[in-house]
Amino acid sequence: MNRVMSNKWIIGMYILPAFLLISIFIFVPLLLSGYYGLMDWDGIGAMKYIGMENYFNAIRDGLFWSSAFHSFMLALFSTVSLIVYLAISLILASKIKGSNLLRKIYLIPMLLSSVAIAQLWIKVFNPSNGILNSILASFGVDNPPAWLAEPNVVLYAIFIPILWQYAGFYILIYYAALKNIPESIVEAARIDGATPFQIAYKIKLPLIMGVVKVTIVLAVVGSLKYFDLIYVMTGGGPNGASEVMASYMYKLAFSSNDFGYGSAIGFLLLIITLIVTFIVRKVTASKEELQY
Amino acid sequence: MKKVGYILLYVCLTAVAVFQVFPILWLFLFSLKNNQEIFSKSPFSLPSEFRWENYLKVWESGIGSYFWNSVWITGVAIVFTVLLASMAAFAITRMQWRWNKLVLGLFMVGLMIPIHSSIIPLFNMFLNVNMIDNPWSIVITYTAYNLPITLMILLGFYYTLPREIEEAAIMDGCSVHRIFFKIIFPMTIPVISTTVIINMIYNWNEFVFVNTFISSDEYKTLTVGIQNFIGQYMTDWGAIGATLIISMLPILLAFLFFSNKVVEGISSSAVKG
Repeated sequence: MNRVMSNKWIIGMYILPAFLLISIFIFVPLLLSGYYGLMDWDGIGAMKYIGMENYFNAIRDGLFWSSAFHSFMLALFSTVSLIVYLAISLILASKIKGSNLLRKIYLIPMLLSSVAIAQLWIKVFNPSNGILNSILASFGVDNPPAWLAEPNVVLYAIFIPILWQYAGFYILIYYAALKNIPESIVEAARIDGATPFQIAYKIKLPLIMGVVKVTIVLAVVGSLKYFDLIYVMTGGGPNGASEVMASYMYKLAFSSNDFGYGSAIGFLLLIITLIVTFIVRKVTASKEELQY
Repeated sequence: MKKVGYILLYVCLTAVAVFQVFPILWLFLFSLKNNQEIFSKSPFSLPSEFRWENYLKVWESGIGSYFWNSVWITGVAIVFTVLLASMAAFAITRMQWRWNKLVLGLFMVGLMIPIHSSIIPLFNMFLNVNMIDNPWSIVITYTAYNLPITLMILLGFYYTLPREIEEAAIMDGCSVHRIFFKIIFPMTIPVISTTVIINMIYNWNEFVFVNTFISSDEYKTLTVGIQNFIGQYMTDWGAIGATLIISMLPILLAFLFFSNKVVEGISSSAVKG
């Protein structure tokens, strides 16, 4: 048994194809990104080593910081909206008829591509024929904002489709966690006279805290990486008001042909994501869960 | 009192459901209208006649070809991903070797990295081997980037398979390949179907790799294709609506028939941070 199942050649045959693929196409490019960041390079001609200049430039680059700020705003919005998802899940998991169907309906937007979602919401936000302004008009709102064209509004406007897209996902996760709570615990609390609100807040919530923490990490890291929807909906505009880190990097490389600087920003995006993941996990971890 | 509370809860839940579905229904409605109807009548009105010709028109003017590119690229990448991830899961969970945990750790790290950090070097790599504007660059990239999540979903199932299976097979003189392909792999079909669905959703909806690596119209997939297409048909809302509905339809149909698998897959993909 042991001899057959520890044959090095056979192990290599089974693990190497997958291992080489992730090494060559995921890990090598990540390292190269840090390396290209040290170069002055237009993507076509020869690279010229310029040391840490791109990284120093990034630190002084107001556009980079504003894009990072927008990414962090999205991360904040996403984290706060988890409360709403949690409230919906608590209702949904409390012996509601049709909860199975409802959570599937909630999930539908999550299945669509960000490009299709972006195109659909461009239409929803359309100032003259979009459904949003039609609805607002029927409520008597005369001067709705020009959603995606207004620098002060655009980031909030973009968050609505993000909310729409991910609601079902988080509700699904919370619902599953809530359904895992043994009925006897809830029943015992009820017999002791706890109100539904107390049961939700004092008993159910602490019991699914582990899952809540995981979703906080998912929401924060997911937001820092956000790209497709914004790239299609606004291209970072108007005037950079909805630029995020990934879209700024993409623009630098593939529109301005500044591959060296773009790589540096890409590498910073990686570092920031890893640091934030680490911090969020540390902050949300309780003592006994620190190994996770 | 209690009854009023319940009704209120239902109203809340239904409102959320309406919010989730309504934009798509509105899209479907205007995909069957012409501009005149869209611009002059209420957005909630039914089309005066169902203009399916919107669909025919966009299908024939390019969406059809984007659609088939999406189908084959999605399909081939799924086959590679699921096969290679299954082999890796087999080696990691069933065979004995020293670096086993370390390699597994690398796959875990692969789950966390932002793809945008690697896209410039990846672009340069494909450029150097003349694979820019070649659909196989997309197939390889999808396979590589979906391996970690697919492996994670498979692992849980592989750990639960009893060791006695291989022990008995080896006693009977079965080779490792026979054990994997004839015994273990067929046993994992339930979890494989979950990974297939997840891969299908990811590949079908992927945008940035195709947008970066592919420039010829003939190789573009739907996500990038509809981008160009909508640029051309900026003002024809019916055509845009039809295009978007076509791009959503395969995933929505898969959801209709395999909703439990989709729910299962999406829950297990939650580990993807």
